[in-house]
Amino acid sequence: MTRYEIRIAGFGGQGIVTMAVILGETAALYDGKFVVQTQSYGPEARGGASKGEVVMDDEEEIDYPKVQEPDVFIAMSRAAYLSYKDGLKENGVLIVDEDLVEIEGDLPRGVRVYKIPATRIADKEVGTKQATNVVMLGAFSVITKAVSIEGLKDRIVQRWPRFAETNLKALELGMKAGERALTQAS
Amino acid sequence: MTTESDTLVHPLAKYMRTDRLPWIYCPGCSIGIVTGMVARAIENLGIDFNKVVIVSGIGCTGRVSGYFKTGTFHTTHGRPIAFAEGVKIANPELEVIVVSGDGDIAAIGGNHLIHACRRNIDITVVCLNNFNYGMTGGQFGPTTEHERYTQTSPRPIGNIEWPFNLVKLAASSGATFVARWTAVQVRRATKSIEKAIAKRGFSFVEIVGACPTSYGRSNRLGDGVEMHRHLLKVADIQNGLPPHEAELEYDSRIVCGEFVDIDKPEYTEVLKKAQEKARSEAR
Amino acid sequence: MPERVMFTMGDVACAEGALSAGCRYFGGYPITPATEIAEWMAIRMPQVGGAYVQYEDEIASITSVIGASWAGTKAMTATSGPGVSLMMEAIGLAVMTETPLVLVNIMRGGPSTGQPTRGQQGDVMQAKWGSHGDYQIIALTPASVQEMFDQTVRAFNLAEQYRVPVFVLADETVGHMREKLVIPDEKDLEIVDRKRPTVPPEEYLPFKPDEDLVPPMATFGSGYQFYATGLTHDWRGYPSDKDDVQMELITRLNEKILRNVDKIVEMERFQLDDADVAIIAYGTPSRSAKRAIREARRQGLKAGLLRLKTIWPFPERAIMDLASEVRHIVVAEQNMGQLYHMVRASAGTTPVHMMRKPVGTPQLPQEILQKIREVVTQ
Repeated sequence: MTRYEIRIAGFGGQGIVTMAVILGETAALYDGKFVVQTQSYGPEARGGASKGEVVMDDEEEIDYPKVQEPDVFIAMSRAAYLSYKDGLKENGVLIVDEDLVEIEGDLPRGVRVYKIPATRIADKEVGTKQATNVVMLGAFSVITKAVSIEGLKDRIVQRWPRFAETNLKALELGMKAGERALTQAS
Repeated sequence: MTTESDTLVHPLAKYMRTDRLPWIYCPGCSIGIVTGMVARAIENLGIDFNKVVIVSGIGCTGRVSGYFKTGTFHTTHGRPIAFAEGVKIANPELEVIVVSGDGDIAAIGGNHLIHACRRNIDITVVCLNNFNYGMTGGQFGPTTEHERYTQTSPRPIGNIEWPFNLVKLAASSGATFVARWTAVQVRRATKSIEKAIAKRGFSFVEIVGACPTSYGRSNRLGDGVEMHRHLLKVADIQNGLPPHEAELEYDSRIVCGEFVDIDKPEYTEVLKKAQEKARSEAR
Repeated sequence: MPERVMFTMGDVACAEGALSAGCRYFGGYPITPATEIAEWMAIRMPQVGGAYVQYEDEIASITSVIGASWAGTKAMTATSGPGVSLMMEAIGLAVMTETPLVLVNIMRGGPSTGQPTRGQQGDVMQAKWGSHGDYQIIALTPASVQEMFDQTVRAFNLAEQYRVPVFVLADETVGHMREKLVIPDEKDLEIVDRKRPTVPPEEYLPFKPDEDLVPPMATFGSGYQFYATGLTHDWRGYPSDKDDVQMELITRLNEKILRNVDKIVEMERFQLDDADVAIIAYGTPSRSAKRAIREARRQGLKAGLLRLKTIWPFPERAIMDLASEVRHIVVAEQNMGQLYHMVRASAGTTPVHMMRKPVGTPQLPQEILQKIREVVTQ
């Protein structure tokens, strides 16, 4: 894979930056890719705009560290969707939390849209909204195959040893949701 | 033939850089007396002079460190306590003593003073309070009394501000040893400086002194001898008085004594325990 | 400790670099975007038997670092522009007393409180000229997480070798980005320690320089007595208001750095050998430039990059040489053009173009590519 860019955006408290960090860790430490992860955030600890980005490459060290034209955009809020939808690459991948983001307006040509009820799954099936980001990671990994599942599991267990079980369940449920979304899209 | 001056050596000369004499101080100034107090306290305690570090800031008293013949440092204005904290934390084996003036310690360095008191780091601060900025020619400072005259609080108005009471400031900020003496109470002050150095915690000793050249002249307080006589007259020894009652009224009453001597966990000792805990948990 | 691999932030890499270099004292005050260095130190310092001390302000932080250094400990502080502004007094004191220390500035938008969470490179001239008087410092400009580690180790080595404050000047993007970091085995790291006096204590003159213009440094409690002062001083450390003492001291403080520019400065040359246009950049904009140059080469444009890893002392000779190799120089900085003026002064008649961008987003690769196109047609 040559330069591959992922943008995740939503609001503070959704674990946006953590998602980007786990993706980055998995790709860099487990999958052996060149990776840079960056983020931007406002002064609010909760509720403000939040954005995490990952750039990965199999062959070449990453020069410019930020996303230019993302291959994948994960939108976790309407504001984030509206801010960044036009920046998506043509034929790129858009993943949205369907309870938070409605597809409105034009999208770049050929964009494939995948709707994942990540917050709902986390709340109802995992039992904690805090797992929303891990549900989304599961869906993302199935839809894009950009990072290895084993790697994700490894990072999740290392990061939250006390909550490994909950988070691995969230990951599995997210993967299933991703598979459903793939079938629906094709 | 040998003269008397060849054979007689001052017993504290071993602590001093005698090659730097004569020093910069005016006739009648209290700084020489305070320097002697600190040297004698070190002598009386019998501590290894190589392990003593003397730090001062800017101003007349700020030059004191340079006359001591050990590891000494002359920092920027107001910073001797911050510097001393770094020294003590990096090497708790050292005996760190700050000697500086009221402007340095309580105005530009006031924030460092109160926070060092709060942290309770085992250093000793000897603050010579002569009520004005002497080196720059006598301007009012953080301890200048209301309506006193200085170069920047001239006649007929005088100082429109009010002074800090340094004993109250240090005590309420958390210092574990606080004392005040005047420059003429040499034995008592020396004893308090000894206790301050020996104390495992932050110690503050204020020495009320005379600056005849600037403050004395501006306020018509007489020469050095007269000013020191006055200090002896108004000194009111009240050991153990609650620090908030340790008043200082130059004309009538300067309450002297040891006001705080309490025990609290000392910073470098707490840090050492934290290091041991962190190490055992990291293993 | 054996080699370790992490995926981590530039700020954390910086803290780990300091620990690997032997730093055992951190005096600091929280500030965005350098706080993660303090937070990492608060965890790690006690584990290695060192001290993380949080002070009441940046003035106390760096002054305590000077104290710790004289107590014989490698010491540092980390802050951002507003904190550096407060530290300027102590930088002068450290220069004057020849105190080894490392000061990390994770640069954010300025002036004043500016944009705390957004990166910029506006403190480049502040690092060189911020304190009063004539002096030299060293400033290193890492552009990646690995370099945050490597350059922090190097910062300590240079500080110890030359007895001078050394800046690690990184923009917020470098401080906050995460990349893979390889922390080498301790035995594979080159660590430099300050020279200690070798003469008996009674013969020791604390500011008498060796041939390399750097005096051996005694520390508190070592049995050597000394007086160090921010006042102009002679070899004994005694204050002096004489012209010849001031002349000798100031000349030496400058010369001990300037004489060694070639040893101190490091840079990366990227596709410069046949280049018509050279981009000069450091930190994050240098990574934009690299991307732009890769694209320019695909389009047949001969562009290259001189990436500065050290900006102070300024590598004048390298710029002079570069100016004779290329037709145009473009200086891309995340500021209003600061090092640009230094480059222009060294570039002779070669045109030097400024790409200023005093905002949180660095020059985009396409912006630099556009500039390359613009200047090659001139």
